[in-house]
Amino acid sequence: MKKLVISIVLLNLLAACASQKPQESAAPAAAAKNDTVATAPATQAQTNMDPLNDPKSILAGRSVFYPFDVAAVQDADKPLVKAHAEYLSKNAARKVRLEGNCDERGSNEYNLGLGQRRADGVKKMLELGGAKAAQLNSVSYGEEKPKATAHNEASWSQNRRTDLNYAQ
Amino acid sequence: MLKIMQSILGLLMLAQMSVANAALSIEIIGAGEHQIPVSLVPMGGDEKLGLAINDVVSGDLQRTGLFRLVDTTGKSPHDTAEVNYTDWQLRGAEALAIGTVNAQPNGRIEARFRLLDVLKHVQLAGEAVSANEGQVRAIGHRIADLIYEKLTGDKGVFSTRIAYVNRQAGRFSLIVADSDGYNEQVVLKHNEPIMSPAWSPDGSHLAYVSFETGHAAVFVQSLLTNQRKLVADFPGSNSAPAWSPDGKQLAVVLTRDGSSQIYLMHPDGSNVHRLTFSGSIDTEPNFSPDGQTLLFTSDRGGSPQVYRMPVEGGAAQRLTFGNGNCFSPRHSADGKYFVFARLTGGRFYIAVQDFQTGQMETLTEGGWEKKPSFAPNGKIILFASEARGRGILATVSSDGRVQQHMFTQSGDAREPVWGPKL
Repeated sequence: MKKLVISIVLLNLLAACASQKPQESAAPAAAAKNDTVATAPATQAQTNMDPLNDPKSILAGRSVFYPFDVAAVQDADKPLVKAHAEYLSKNAARKVRLEGNCDERGSNEYNLGLGQRRADGVKKMLELGGAKAAQLNSVSYGEEKPKATAHNEASWSQNRRTDLNYAQ
Repeated sequence: MLKIMQSILGLLMLAQMSVANAALSIEIIGAGEHQIPVSLVPMGGDEKLGLAINDVVSGDLQRTGLFRLVDTTGKSPHDTAEVNYTDWQLRGAEALAIGTVNAQPNGRIEARFRLLDVLKHVQLAGEAVSANEGQVRAIGHRIADLIYEKLTGDKGVFSTRIAYVNRQAGRFSLIVADSDGYNEQVVLKHNEPIMSPAWSPDGSHLAYVSFETGHAAVFVQSLLTNQRKLVADFPGSNSAPAWSPDGKQLAVVLTRDGSSQIYLMHPDGSNVHRLTFSGSIDTEPNFSPDGQTLLFTSDRGGSPQVYRMPVEGGAAQRLTFGNGNCFSPRHSADGKYFVFARLTGGRFYIAVQDFQTGQMETLTEGGWEKKPSFAPNGKIILFASEARGRGILATVSSDGRVQQHMFTQSGDAREPVWGPKL
């Protein structure tokens, strides 16, 4: 019996070591920014393209990133949010869903609250920039929908995020 | 005779192997300070049922770390008259469990069980336990409860149930199972997340958070009829349901008025009123057993910590200090302690704190350990952990000495919560 217990403890130690290894599956943060591509409404004019679909436009960026346990939009992301606010104010029919996410370093419930605060922060900034409340819907996924799942900063930095998800 | 014993042994080994191959596997780490030596003789009568019951009882008792099972080879008394106490004394047993089990013509299983004190030659417990066909595990848990109660003086919790969420490849299942993880019943399956299951005090309902409507919303579901009701679906997030001890109120967390705040409502969603008024995140409410106060997590002091406030509302008092962030507080059934998850130095630990002294004790080695809840007897704590890259269910004894890891067949086990004593 004692032998069994010791071998189990060893197994657990081994498992602990194995889980320390960095995972290769984590995608670079930059790639994460461009993964949401909205399609243009079929009825929209052909002469000037919807800037939302221009991959070179700042509007191609659809995610805002945060430091740990912070919900305020960072200076680096403010131009992006302001550009979306301007776009929304000019395109009143457009609606966007703001989805707050967190890394796993909190309880699931605390992170749900933090993700909501992140999404609401972006919502408020969009409203200040001219978007109407009726165009905006903010929700939180907390830590429930991680983009990357390794226990390291490379993953966490991708998961601390608000996505601007335009309705099609 | 020897041949019979060998075949029984063989059966025993088969039974043990089947445990490893069943829905989940369990590993035990550590042992109690003083282990009570007890002999569990497989019941006579229907030998197959006897061995099945023996398997459940042995597993239950061993996982506590409080018992040492003394070999029964070569002896199989089923009645008090057949017991030679000296034999068992020589083997080092202090208690001996014997009995018989039979299946009735209607399929009902009936077991007669006795627990004997080997040193004093007296009966400690004797009971007839019965269950419907196929519920042999229930009989085993009941007998394990009786043995545990008589030999430790504490209430057994083997007959209680747990709830948790299993996540596998983006699919979420809300599961209710026996306290040892067996006998799984899927309450809800969805490809959107499910969080925060909470047992009603009578064990008849679960409140939980589901994202199936596109955002976090609170449902209450009957475990008897499976009927469910959407009780909180305000804009933003609706989450963290907690039942009052009388079952008449739900505390929930809503963001409808700004940041996450705690509200009270009836379990049908009516009579919503706000309890906390901070600009911070106030979440994870948990009622004290007397229903007078709430524990909750708040970052009002700059970092997430545990606070306490009266259920009628009013000033909150901070309870956790020092390095790290503290989450998910829950009361022990006697109201003397609370258990919580503490994040410090990049690791989560399960810790308990004494309300009266303010003394905190860390119970685990640390890792991805979250969402602790006490067993109804206060002696075991269930929590979410991780091993070999998978989310698992784990328990630790309230003195931190014995841990067990329960591996579900596949996927990640999350958000466990121990159900009430029924």
